[in-house]
Amino acid sequence: MDATTPTSVPATAPATVPALEAVGIGKRFGPVVANQGVDLRVERGEIHALLGENGAGKSTLVNILFGLYHADEGEVRVAGTPVQMDSPRDAIAHRIGMVHQHFQLVPVLTVAENIVLGDEPTHRRGLLDLDRAADEVVELATRYGLEVDPRATVEDLPVGMQQRVEILRALYRQADVLILDEPTAVLTPQETDQLLEVLRGLAADGVAIVFITHKLREVMALADRVTVMRGGRVVGTTAPSETDEAGLAEMMVGRSVVLRVAKTEARPTDAVLEVRDLHVHDSRGRPAVDGLSLEVRAGEILGIAGVEGNGQRELVEALTGLRHAHGGTVLLGGDDITNATPRTISERGVAHVPEDREKHGLVGPHSIADNLVLNRYFRSPYARRGIRHAAAVDEEARRLVADFDVRTASIASPARSLSGGNKQKVIAARELSQGARLLVAAQPTRGIDVGSIEFVHQQMVAQRDEGVAVLLVSAELDEILSLSDRIGVIFKGRLVAVADAGTLERTAIGRMMTGGADAD
Amino acid sequence: MTLLRAAAVPLLSVVLAILVGGIIIELSGENALEAYRALYDGALANRKVFGRTLEKATPLVMGGLAVAFAFKAGLFNIGGQGQLVIGALFAAAVGYGVTGLPWIIHLPMALLVGGLAGAAWGMIPGLLKATRGAHEVITTIMLNFVAINLTDWLTANPWRQPGPITQTPRIEASAEIPRWGELPLGFGIAVAAALGCWYLLQRTTMGFEIRSVGLNPEAARYAGISVPKIVVLTMTISGFLAALGGAIETQGVVGRYEPGFNAGLGFNGITIALLARTHPIGVIPAALLVGAMEAGGSMMQFKADVQPEITEIIEALMLLFVATPVVVRWVLRRRETSDISVGAHWGDA
Repeated sequence: MDATTPTSVPATAPATVPALEAVGIGKRFGPVVANQGVDLRVERGEIHALLGENGAGKSTLVNILFGLYHADEGEVRVAGTPVQMDSPRDAIAHRIGMVHQHFQLVPVLTVAENIVLGDEPTHRRGLLDLDRAADEVVELATRYGLEVDPRATVEDLPVGMQQRVEILRALYRQADVLILDEPTAVLTPQETDQLLEVLRGLAADGVAIVFITHKLREVMALADRVTVMRGGRVVGTTAPSETDEAGLAEMMVGRSVVLRVAKTEARPTDAVLEVRDLHVHDSRGRPAVDGLSLEVRAGEILGIAGVEGNGQRELVEALTGLRHAHGGTVLLGGDDITNATPRTISERGVAHVPEDREKHGLVGPHSIADNLVLNRYFRSPYARRGIRHAAAVDEEARRLVADFDVRTASIASPARSLSGGNKQKVIAARELSQGARLLVAAQPTRGIDVGSIEFVHQQMVAQRDEGVAVLLVSAELDEILSLSDRIGVIFKGRLVAVADAGTLERTAIGRMMTGGADAD
Repeated sequence: MTLLRAAAVPLLSVVLAILVGGIIIELSGENALEAYRALYDGALANRKVFGRTLEKATPLVMGGLAVAFAFKAGLFNIGGQGQLVIGALFAAAVGYGVTGLPWIIHLPMALLVGGLAGAAWGMIPGLLKATRGAHEVITTIMLNFVAINLTDWLTANPWRQPGPITQTPRIEASAEIPRWGELPLGFGIAVAAALGCWYLLQRTTMGFEIRSVGLNPEAARYAGISVPKIVVLTMTISGFLAALGGAIETQGVVGRYEPGFNAGLGFNGITIALLARTHPIGVIPAALLVGAMEAGGSMMQFKADVQPEITEIIEALMLLFVATPVVVRWVLRRRETSDISVGAHWGDA
């Protein structure tokens, strides 16, 4: 920071010139209005939350602020001066930094190399001066309390540390405004707490912070002010002290929403899924699931909590036949389905809502109708002797679209044209309508709107009540806590605890997720 | 996507290419209208020259189909040339080697053996990809060299016609594809193959699986489709299509196999498939267009004194415009922000 940056300014001082201001921003993508008349005003030293559902236009707005998109209308002002930003380079020149949701780091380079990348200190003859880079990074890290090892390789670092590197990279370029896109989506509860601490420190130092989120709890805990967006417009700007979570949710969705899932006591019966001493390797051949055992009974939801990358993905893939299990057994209703093909397992009554719905759950260019029968297109009445029967497919699709409230103009539209929430409804409709005995749901509500979350949760509980065994894997602790009848905590490929839902404290689960010790 | 919208870019590309081609002819000091008139005379004016156009278009349809079909599964079959010569040679071998059969048996047998030989040839890169992960672009290109040298050797040695010229004996009359007046019926087989491909892709579960694998192999795998199986199957069918093109050429036009057989014909399949935006039916007009230019090119030289290479320039321009729809869109005054790359346009026909 140089002399022009005040070191401390009251959080909401209306008299000062805002650090960053967007006035009347409009942006269209073809027929889609992504932003319309959007105003945003971020003061120095302020933590400003940008809250909204997926598709509300938050990302479009910050991409405009960071020079990634060009606004059709409106003006961006930095410290009161209108600026023209055609690329992130311009934004950086105006001292705007951004931490993307998907980190923009080079995994094989060191922390210091990543931080100085694009603005490298050099010796006199143009040679890279890595020692000076490391020194500068250490100095910067100490100043902001963001300790990192400058010589560590980025790919070896946990996600929370990688995010720290991203933040340091922005600060290295002397950012006065720091934009963070869903920064807590990938963090453990402990890492989240640390991040919030860091952001508070930066704000106290005069940095203006814009962070995108759809988590109400974080807004309440961290933000000085919050701007809520819906349908490409700003619904309003308020302070957390003037509202509550329910109030924010209503602004965000446009109607009052149920934040907790209404469900009755589970009445579990026989075990449907039994996993014994399962061993699965990850894609690099290292053990990811390491002697895991669990049991899911008909009529209950078993929630698996854990920090991402502790074997959840490999567990789910092994259960559904997508990944080879190197040891152990998987029993479905007493029958051995270990390493059976995905088709066999699906036909035996296992429904799967995959973690990555775009990549694994849908064939985007296929029609919604085709996607709705993706697990049974080959069966009568959808096909006979290898010839597809379009009328039967369409009939089923129309029924499912109505039952699952998929918002679309036509079942013939490509699935990729749907919003995230509606995509997930298509997958849920397909998987829940096949009369499964076991439902394996991985991150079933990641990145979808509150209304759709509500709907998916209700459907999962409804399945449970009909006697389906449900295995829920989620990185959202809130989701695990509100849906599960029993909770298991996964750490390094093993279940470190399984207990009835009521008996586990949030903080205790958080500790177990990191192996009993605090992160870092 | 409506048919008109889908066809807009290729159609406009053709028009633009002809216009730019005309400018090039004018710049070279000749009369463009006269040249195009000659092209028309040599390609479409009467049944005789139209027969030539159909003859030229037939292997182009098959080569284009082979590429387009493989592309539906997300595979680039660059091995059309190799599959084509294998098909052509094996069809010739059955054509001259088997005697005493009625044509109703002999001809289908020759075509089928040619097609199956190419299917087996196409299956090799499919298997290599499915089991070892070897990229089909590399393996099909390499197998082209193997195929060309193998067929040369077979023609020069065991299957050689005694005499000074390196070629196989002429096929029996019972293995020839008849003509309907001036019109070669082999073109009908190619059209049937295109319709068959369309039906297979759009109406059968196998086609659905192929398209699913092409559009999102991961989701296909999650849906229980065996991706390796589809890869092998698709490459096999693609090889069959290219080889059938070679077999039709042998049985319908050349009458025997000789080294250097239609050099480059297999590669034109890529041009045709791109021009058709990988739509199996679209391959037919695309092949007719290129076939007409090839058929009429010599007339253009003869009558208008324009080098036949100008047709190649026009072909290249058409491809350029199809591959860079930005230019065409600019003409159409369509303002679209995305989908500029070639890749984005390949699969969505």
